[in-house]
Amino acid sequence: MLQFLVRRLLQAVGVLAVMSLLVFVGVFAIGNPVDVMIDPAASEAERQAAIVALGLDQPMWRQYLTFVGNALQGDMGKSFVYNQSASELILSRLPATFELAVMAMLIAVAIGLPMGLWAGLKPGSWADRLLMTISIFMFSLPTFWVGLLLIMGFAVTLGWLPSGGRGETRELFGVPFAFLTWDGFQHLLLPAFNLALFKLALVLRMVRGGVREQMTSDYVAFARAKGVSETRIVFKHVLRNIMLPVITVMGLEFGNILAFAVVTESIYAWPGMGKLLINAITVLDRPVIVAYLMITVFIFIVINLIVDLTYTLLDPRVRTGGAK
Amino acid sequence: MLLEIKNLEVVFPMRQGDLRVLHGIDLAVEKGEILGLVGESGSGKSVLSKAVMGLLAKPGRASGGEILFQGQDLLKADAKALRSLRGNRIAMIFQDPMATLNPVLRIDAQMLEAVQGHRKMPSAEARRLCIEALRKVGIPAPEERFLNYPHQLSGGMRQRIAIATALLNDPDLILADEATTALDVTIQAQILSEMKALCRESGTALVWVTHDLAVVSGIADRIAVMYAGRIVECGPTQEVLSRPKHPYTQGLLDSVPSAAQRGQDLRQIPGLMPSPSALPPGCAFNPRCLRAKEACRSNQPVMTQTPTGAFACFNPLSEGDRA
Repeated sequence: MLQFLVRRLLQAVGVLAVMSLLVFVGVFAIGNPVDVMIDPAASEAERQAAIVALGLDQPMWRQYLTFVGNALQGDMGKSFVYNQSASELILSRLPATFELAVMAMLIAVAIGLPMGLWAGLKPGSWADRLLMTISIFMFSLPTFWVGLLLIMGFAVTLGWLPSGGRGETRELFGVPFAFLTWDGFQHLLLPAFNLALFKLALVLRMVRGGVREQMTSDYVAFARAKGVSETRIVFKHVLRNIMLPVITVMGLEFGNILAFAVVTESIYAWPGMGKLLINAITVLDRPVIVAYLMITVFIFIVINLIVDLTYTLLDPRVRTGGAK
Repeated sequence: MLLEIKNLEVVFPMRQGDLRVLHGIDLAVEKGEILGLVGESGSGKSVLSKAVMGLLAKPGRASGGEILFQGQDLLKADAKALRSLRGNRIAMIFQDPMATLNPVLRIDAQMLEAVQGHRKMPSAEARRLCIEALRKVGIPAPEERFLNYPHQLSGGMRQRIAIATALLNDPDLILADEATTALDVTIQAQILSEMKALCRESGTALVWVTHDLAVVSGIADRIAVMYAGRIVECGPTQEVLSRPKHPYTQGLLDSVPSAAQRGQDLRQIPGLMPSPSALPPGCAFNPRCLRAKEACRSNQPVMTQTPTGAFACFNPLSEGDRA
């Protein structure tokens, strides 16, 4: 187990190194931030002074080395716009995105899993066909459009839920969260549901497919031959086997929401990381973009590690070393 | 009589209509008897054993006949009654030991549920019963194996665990569907002889389903030979093996490697078993049969009783044919 963890950590360092280079080169290709940020009326001398102050007069490789050197000390650079540490800026937005992502995943699993079981256990029934049709819509309708429809329906017409913003927050361990207050929770529901739709369809279809496949397997026939009840077969034998691929995909999807909830956060004016990124891109705030992407990569690495660890809990075949 | 199958018909509904895979099966198993059920792939022998368990793959169903187990018709029993019989009075062992155990559950969970699904028993006592069963089927260090996961055990070991699980509730009948086919020949021989000893000791009846005549010759009291969804011959093992009446049985015997002369090609039965959707008129075996007559091509032979068994053939082998 320890060996496994050490190997994974070394791999993670490698991934981060490669990623930093890619991101740095990529951001350079987007354009010159000075052109965007400096008042067009500024004189050439002021322009040059700004370029030198931001370190943009250095060749790219030196900028990169400076960045890596600073990053190793935990400094991802200062935002050109906010004149504030880029990583702090992003991390201050992380809780908002994090609670949004967690809520979306909870909705997706809480609805998708039982529905998938239902559809998978009764293939060809009206419920199965209905759920399959609905899931196609969940897959294929664009997020921003559904998001607008939800606002129209629940916020404008019915007036049940607020249309945007994060609402009131309350601190937990010094971090502000919206879901702890009733007002914040109401603000959270619509964007979380909007984000959840795609994952919900994904969970539903994966669970349905898994159930259908596993129910015809030999171990289920053997369990039936032992006289085990159908309920126990589904929940004790089958569910555990289906959860493996579901957890893998959910882990990746969770990372996806954290990193790219951009559209939903914009529509619902949710003050998360995605909105910060969009703003940073429009003004070419390089340190923020780079720091954001690096943090995203780091989050993905952590999630994958957690997924792998969960795997070893669920599937004895993956356990290395520990077993006799 | 422990198990009596009368005129059993099994169909699989298809878009073009019902596909009949078992045709009027009559078969009886006495208490404590070991019956070898023999046939090529596709003869319906697995479907027959699954029908007895009530585990026919959907949409297959029994469309006629009776399966009487200790006088109770299993085809009329409800799901609850069937479940209380399965694993309790009738147990089944499957072909592929690599697939019959759930990979993510430990052996103890998979064995205990077979005990506790049928009787209330303190956990410690149930564990003792399971470990005892493991010891009985020849598993070394059963206390440790009991806590293993399937992937930590070899194929032979896993099949022994499946057998131990089947034995847990002292069933009256065990159905073994090609239970040693996936194993090494040496393990196969060991398991066969142990199985025989265990069943004799406990008075459990055993139906051993296999394509391999050599396997049943050592274990079975009686043999029933199936072809294309029918039983074509049955009788005491010695009788069927040394004086087969049906040309198909003779063909199976001829294709056993040990019966062939050294250096000569094995004698095989020409052709293939017909699919249930394209059965020839008359006796289903007639296109492959060297003894087929006019009647064989138009009429279905009925079972003819002999002093010890029965066969379904218009032109059976006699003593003169075998000389």
